[in-house]
Formats: sequence, C-alpha cells, structure tokens
Amino acid sequence: MITQIGRTAISQVVTLGRAALMLFGAIFAAPNFAKSIPLVIRQIYVVGVQSLAIIIVSGLFIGMVLALQGYTILIDYGAENSLGPMVALSLLRELGPVVTALLFAGRAGSALTAEIGLMKATEQITSMEMMAVDPLRRIVAPRFWAGFYSMPLLAFMFSAVGIYGGHLVGVEWLGVDEGSFWSVMQANVDLSADIMNGFIKSVVFAIVVTWIAIFRGYDCIPTSEGISKATTQTVVHSSLAVLGLDFLLTVLMFGE
Amino acid sequence: MTSRKVEFWVGLFIVVGFLAFFTLAFEVANSGSVSSSDTYQLKAKFDNIGGLKVRSPIKVGGVVVGRVSSIDLDKVNYVPVVTLDIYTEYQNIPETSSLSILTAGLLGEQYLGLEPGFVIEGVGYLKDGDFLEDTKSALVLEELIGQFLFSQNDD
Amino acid sequence: MDPNNFVQIENLTFSRDERVIYDDISLTIPKGKVIAVMGPSGIGKTTLLRLIGGQIRPDSGKILFADKDIAQVNRRELYDVRKKMSMLFQSGALFTEMSVFDNVAFPIREHTKLPEPIIRSMVLMKLNSVGLRGAAQLMPNELSGGMARRAALARAIALDPELIMYDEPFVGQDPISMGVLLKLIRSLNDALGLTSIIVSHDLQEVMQIADYAYIMANKKVIGHGTPAQLHQDESPLVRQFMKGQADGPVPFHYPAKPFADELKDVFL
Repeated sequence: MITQIGRTAISQVVTLGRAALMLFGAIFAAPNFAKSIPLVIRQIYVVGVQSLAIIIVSGLFIGMVLALQGYTILIDYGAENSLGPMVALSLLRELGPVVTALLFAGRAGSALTAEIGLMKATEQITSMEMMAVDPLRRIVAPRFWAGFYSMPLLAFMFSAVGIYGGHLVGVEWLGVDEGSFWSVMQANVDLSADIMNGFIKSVVFAIVVTWIAIFRGYDCIPTSEGISKATTQTVVHSSLAVLGLDFLLTVLMFGE
Repeated sequence: MTSRKVEFWVGLFIVVGFLAFFTLAFEVANSGSVSSSDTYQLKAKFDNIGGLKVRSPIKVGGVVVGRVSSIDLDKVNYVPVVTLDIYTEYQNIPETSSLSILTAGLLGEQYLGLEPGFVIEGVGYLKDGDFLEDTKSALVLEELIGQFLFSQNDD
Repeated sequence: MDPNNFVQIENLTFSRDERVIYDDISLTIPKGKVIAVMGPSGIGKTTLLRLIGGQIRPDSGKILFADKDIAQVNRRELYDVRKKMSMLFQSGALFTEMSVFDNVAFPIREHTKLPEPIIRSMVLMKLNSVGLRGAAQLMPNELSGGMARRAALARAIALDPELIMYDEPFVGQDPISMGVLLKLIRSLNDALGLTSIIVSHDLQEVMQIADYAYIMANKKVIGHGTPAQLHQDESPLVRQFMKGQADGPVPFHYPAKPFADELKDVFL
C-alpha cells in the first residue's frame, strides 16, 4: 500500500518533470522569427479563430441567463438596479476566464492533444527529428504561443458578449432602466481590480490548459487507445486545474 | 504556406479581441480616467465601521468622489481609522463636512456618504492628511434591534 | 575506423526495460552498398536504425558514423550528423497537414535559405525521380500506401543525404508497388552514391537488391554475407530463417512453462 503510494507519487513527479522540460524546450528553443511567426499565425487560426463561434454563443447565453436569474433574485430586494454590476462582475472576474478556459480545453485543447498524438503515432514527430528539425520548436512552440495569445482575447470577447446578452435580457426584455444598468455597472467595475485580474486569470489558464493539452499529446502512448486516453486526460486535467487555480487566484486577488 | 484567408481571419480575431478589451475597459468599467487620476488623502475616525471595506466608494450626493484606501485601528484609543483617497478634482471640501457610513439598499454594499459643510468665515478647507472630525458610525442591525426593544420596554 | 566503412557498430549492447535487445553485437556498413538487416519480427531491427539515428542511446558500445560516436555526441552535433542521414519510416510519416510538394520542400526550407524558385525546381526533380511529379499538389491522405512511401522517399533524398535507412519498406505493399520500390532503392543508391540500410523480413525481395546482409536473432548477429553466401550457409539458425521453417533454433513457442504443468493448474 505504502509502496503503491510512493510509486504513484514518484511517477507523478517524473511526469511533471518531463512536462516542465518539454515546456522549457519549447519556450527557449532557438527562435527563428521569420519562420515561426507564420506557424504561430496558422495555429492561432486553428485554436483561436475556430473557437470563436462556441465562445460567442456561450457568452451570449451565459450573460442572458445571468441577467434573468439575477433579476428574479434582486427584484425581491428592490435592487434590480444592481443587475448591471452583478452581470459584469460575474463575467469579468469569474465566468469570462473560467468558462472560456473550460470551453477552450474542450474545443481546442482536446484537438491539440489528438493532433500531436496522431503525429506521434504516425511517426511524423520521429521523422521530423530524423530530419534534424526540433519538433519542440516546429510543432510544440507555435501551438503553445497560439494558445497563450488566443485565450485572453477569447475571454475578453466572452465577457463583452456576455454583458451584451445581459443587457438584452435585463434592459430590453425585463425593463431595467438602461441608464442605471450602465451607470451602476460603470461605478462598480474597476479597470485594475476587475478587468485586469480577470485578464491575469485568463493568461494563467491559457498557459496551463495549452501546456497540459500539448504535453498529453506529446507524451501519449502512440496507439489509438493511448490517444483517446490522452484526449480525455487533457479535458479532465485541464478542467480540474482551471477550477483549482481559479480558487487559488480568487483568494489571492479578492480575498482579504 | 500561410494562406491569405488564414491571415485575414487571424487579423480579424486579434482586432476583435482588442476591441472587446477596450469596450470592457471604457464602456463597462469607464474608469480609464478615474483610476488613473491623482488623489489626496483624508482620514476619519469612526466608532464602528460596520461592513465598510477597502475600495468602498465615497459619494457626495450619489457621485463617487473617491475610494477608501485603507482601514487601520488606532493603537492608542482602539478606534478604527479610515483613510480616504479623494480625487484631486474635488478640492475644497470644508472642514465642517460630515462623513457617515451608509448602505446601498436594504442589503447592499456599504459606502461613505460625504455631506459637505457650510463655508463661513474662519472655516478652512481640508488638506492632504487632515482628519474629518464629524463622523457617524455604521448602523449595526443588532444594535438597532436592541435599541428598539429597549425603547419598547420603556413605554 | 576503416575508411571503406560508412557506419561501424562495435560491441553494442542495448536493453529496454531490463529486456536485452542486443547483446554485444558488431557490424559494419560499407560505403556505397545496399545492406540488408533481416531477422524474425520482434527482435528489434527497427531499434537498430533508431540507435544509428541517435534517437536512443545504447547501454554500451560504439556507433561510429562520419568519425563521430553517435552514442556520445551532444544534441547539436547529433543534429548536424542527422543532416547527412535520412530515414524512411514504415508508414511514410508524411506530414498530413501539408501537400506532397510542401512535404518534400520541408527539409530544404528548414535547413537552407534558398529562394523559392530553386526550392521548387529541386522538389520537382526529386518528385520526378520517384515518378510522382504529377501528384505534387495532392494531400498525403489522397495517396495510396505505395505512393505515400515513394513521396516519403522523395522527401528523404531532398537534401541529398549520404545514408538512407529504410524501415520495413515493403510491408503491406502489392507486388507492383513492391517492384517499384525495389527498383527505386537500388537505382537511387547507385545514381546518388548513397549508402542504404534496409531493415526487413521480406527475404526474397530484399535478397534481389542487397549487396550484403546481416541476419539477426536471439540478440545476436547469427550470420552475414552476400545473398549467395547466405543461401549456402549451413548453420541451423540461418537455414531456418532462409528456408522459412516454423520451428527450429528460433522457437515457435513464446517462452512458457511446460504445457503439461499449465494444464495441471487448470484442471487440478
């Protein structure tokens, strides 16, 4: 039993070490800007642009639901004027970064894992290595940077669309006063405390989710079973990591 | 290798992303001017600050003129000392002004209401670091109820 | 190192997860020849290629290539050495996200700063030599297995390497594709002055084009020589392999305890 725990712990630490080495190798791989920028652009297209639809649709609906739920609660206290800040703060501080990260893990993260895993299974990575091309630089690094740049942008879009959704339901449908919806929101939302903290969160999530997704693909057992397992692990691990880190960051940022 | 279509969409993606950020920063937070503006500090002692927090707004007639920057305890008298950051555009607050801890709505957030005093001969304006003397503490619900029951017994 | 030898392996021992794959083997690859490495499935013939390519390191022994010991070189030197060799993988390993043209152009673009028109002419030349110039704009998933391997071969010779290693090039090929591949391997070797190593268990086909062959089994080199010499070899191991007998020194059964004991366990 004790041996079992020890063995598991050691293998976890070893895995973490391999993951760190991979990330280190990818970030500090000798950069060749003329060649790597087109690769990063290509990957932003794959992980960022192609995630736009799901992010915008989810953002809109989550904003609308927030407004509807918030309204039914706030109206009991006659505080429906606080609907604006409630929707905006929930989105900017929590839901924007977190839901974007979860959707990103499901949409782009799993695809990254499967793609890299399949490259490994079909010996594309080995063959690249045999051509004296470093796969960390050619395959891993562009994907990492693409995720790193895309996710904060996606999170901003998510929050903006969500607030618009909240406006649609709150103001257009439920009849909260438009002026107070925006002005109370503006009075209560702070650039550095709310928007910047949300931004920091989404940067952290971007690093973690992309890292997990790429590492799971790069480290998978190159069989169809191994790839499917790695893809599942990507979604599970990155979701758990996002939620856990979110709690930690929230304590650091907003806890007193 | 990178086709024009990909470049176009990525460009659009980045532009929309930054647009979303600026919309949030200026439309939703609308604090581009506020949080970067200069402030000067005033202090005030209270008997009880209730649920007042750092960053709670300070309002004059509902207009935000500053925020609470820190809350400390006076080590000698054991009363809370609240430090206020007032935006420099609101100079000239008379010494006779009073400060009370108010609540937005029944269960809302607590904020500081600043009631500007009258300016008469011999009354100066508050400067950086000055204390506001006239303060009203927070209404604590339990105390209110206690007082209410006590006055009932008197009748 | 003998100047006639291109790759020289001395006293190589390699084991994976405590299972010994190679036990103190030595072999030499002469320059400009087609060398076959044969043996039953599952004895780690591919591992030998990976060792020469420096993807894995041996437990002990030397792998000399271009006056460097691949078992000892650092990462930068290894990448330099690899520019002189290339490897054709079992599946072809074409990059699925690029067209055939871009696949062949990939190593040229990565390692040189040549202008695009020159790259274009180089790529078309290589594709022409494997008969796939017309397929330049196809994606890898539109190619048949044989065509994919030929495209991969064009990519492997894109930078004019000195050594090509073929990992099971004939697996799953129809007779026509196999004939095409055999002809290509031989003619490329002679035309470009390459040295080729073919790992395979397709005995008859490989023997047609190989100049020299090594037969491996039981962690050792059990026999080597020209195809004619090997056909005459009297050692039981070589004979079993050359004649394709089911049982012999290379046992039919995977190591297990006696069958009678196992039945006893089941029934008693």
